[in-house]
Amino acid sequence: MNLFIYDQTFEGLLTAIHDAIDLNIKPDKIISTKFFQDDLFATKYDIVTDSDKFDKIWNQIKEKSNEQNCQRIFKAYLSETSDIEMIIYNYIKLIIDTPYNVEVNFSEDSVIKINNIQKKIGREAQRVLMFVRFQKTVDDIYYASFDPKYNVIPLTVAHFRNRFADQKWVIFDTRRKFGYYYDLKNVREITIGNQKVNFESGKVDNDVLHVSEKLFQKLWKGYYDTINIKERKNIKVHMQFLPKRFWKYLPEKDFKNTLVMS
Amino acid sequence: MKPETVNKLKISANAAKYDVSCASSGSNRPNNGKGLGNTNPWGICHSFTEDGRCISLLKLMLTNYCIYDCAYCINRKSNDIRRTTFSVKEVVDLTIEFYRRNYIEGLFLSSGIIKNPDYTMERMVSVAKDLRLKQNYNGYIHLKSIPGSSDELQQQAGLYADRLSVNIEIASESNLKMIAPDKSFASILNPMNTIKNKIIENKEERRKFRHAPRFSPAGQSTQLIVGATPDSDQRILNLAGNLYNSKNLKRVYYSGYIPVNNYDKRLPALNEPPLKRENRLYQADWLFRFYHFSINEIVNDDHPDLDLEIDPKLSYALRNPWLFPVDINKANYETILRVPGIGVLSAKKIILGRKYSKLNLSNLKKIGVVLKRAKYFITCNELKAPTINELLPENVRKIFLNENKPAKQFKKSFYKQLSLFPVN
Repeated sequence: MNLFIYDQTFEGLLTAIHDAIDLNIKPDKIISTKFFQDDLFATKYDIVTDSDKFDKIWNQIKEKSNEQNCQRIFKAYLSETSDIEMIIYNYIKLIIDTPYNVEVNFSEDSVIKINNIQKKIGREAQRVLMFVRFQKTVDDIYYASFDPKYNVIPLTVAHFRNRFADQKWVIFDTRRKFGYYYDLKNVREITIGNQKVNFESGKVDNDVLHVSEKLFQKLWKGYYDTINIKERKNIKVHMQFLPKRFWKYLPEKDFKNTLVMS
Repeated sequence: MKPETVNKLKISANAAKYDVSCASSGSNRPNNGKGLGNTNPWGICHSFTEDGRCISLLKLMLTNYCIYDCAYCINRKSNDIRRTTFSVKEVVDLTIEFYRRNYIEGLFLSSGIIKNPDYTMERMVSVAKDLRLKQNYNGYIHLKSIPGSSDELQQQAGLYADRLSVNIEIASESNLKMIAPDKSFASILNPMNTIKNKIIENKEERRKFRHAPRFSPAGQSTQLIVGATPDSDQRILNLAGNLYNSKNLKRVYYSGYIPVNNYDKRLPALNEPPLKRENRLYQADWLFRFYHFSINEIVNDDHPDLDLEIDPKLSYALRNPWLFPVDINKANYETILRVPGIGVLSAKKIILGRKYSKLNLSNLKKIGVVLKRAKYFITCNELKAPTINELLPENVRKIFLNENKPAKQFKKSFYKQLSLFPVN
């Protein structure tokens, strides 16, 4: 059994795939150092991340198909699913071994697999755009927590940067403990150390909240409750579009707010 | 912003909620420099209410006072309801603050008619103007055009808004006259024509001058109420088809009639809104817009109403069994699109994928075809299975109807948890 061990970065993964193809060894598993458990009977290959090797594979894919296909592979990598490394390996091997552009050959298994994973990523990224809710703080920073299933926050930064160009904002991934901060000029990657934010509820402490914030949350909640047409009640569709895992960060779904109002 | 705005907002939202349009798509207004907001060409929904509808736009009535008396409308003048009027500033502030918190994609503003159409329209335009010019806001704005307002105001509205709409509501002129005596088809179709011509004019202008301001870049839309009058589906869909073709409409919305004015005897008494029918109309609308069907193929004089039990595409296939089975590996795109269970995306993938190898059932399944439906209407690189022609349409129909039936509800009294220690 051939075991390739890489450093959990995208560059490392492509280096591992480069080496596998170069050495003409079919890996049985490519695994990151984080999840690696020693295996007595496996032949182990420790991969040293090498940006030249990464560029070589990247350009090869671009030549064989196009830039969009490279992005597709990167998005699939962000899914962090358990066997994503082998799926990407199989896909890249297929691209390199096939004389024509294999990208749209939907009779191939790994093409369909990559496309399906990418679709899931796209959907999750879309949900970040939909369900992120900013809370205004005293220092005029708009803060939002989010807890995406896949690591998709990096894909959404460009959108928020374009849209909210005239306000400072923070979007924080509470599952992966990192986020982005926009200071009216640049977007920076950040971590949060202080205790002013509750990661569990996503809420900013009351003493750092802007004075108007509670009122707007109340306004929004009131609007949300009235715009509903009772005669058309359809909980099944409602749950399908707005799964419960998103509710905790939505002010309109905040049960405590309802109690305060009534 | 004052605390009493909470109540104002509730009254206004309550008055505006029966407008179904909530699309924020079709426009790609960029954020010029350092302003606020942009629009996404595919639109983004931001929340969903318990009735399963999306919230993308902040739907508001500038005022719910109205001088008209339309029988289907909650805001008719003879209704005794709470009324309120927003100031321009209030609407602007609400929009901006909600937008900054990523609650909404933009504003959908309509209004009851106060004083006269021009006065009402002018106030709506000034909201859009303030948002665009004073607040440097580039998010989505949808304005309801007020029938009977001047061309000049329509022109201004189009320059600031992304989409304009005029609602027809009732599918035939005579029925409209009966339940909305203040309105006529002409008063609705005229502004529609004006908007259409201005959009075309603007497109030509932009071809010559790249920086000419855009006029209503996301086009115009309208809404039809379903089930308030005895109009058939054929009449509704033909009207919709005409609007798409001759008025270049982007969307026609169908709204199942909700009896808000039960006392009015001109309207039918319904136990619940005709949601199934509304759903089927949307499906038919999709067939017309994306599946290359003509209205006449979906509804005609022999079948003036859509089948409520099965969807219109399936019902078309069952009425025309001689068109099937379709050979997936040979037929052209339009023919494949007509197979129940194959959508636009799957059809495109089939066309691309079959260049490389002949497709069989497992390929089709992975592509995303709903084989449960499609298997009776196709042949592919697989052993022959009974299709609609061997099974006969009426039997295939029965199969589908049985599949959709909910599982039998078991009687609670019959199945009882047994006790470990029986007393008797």
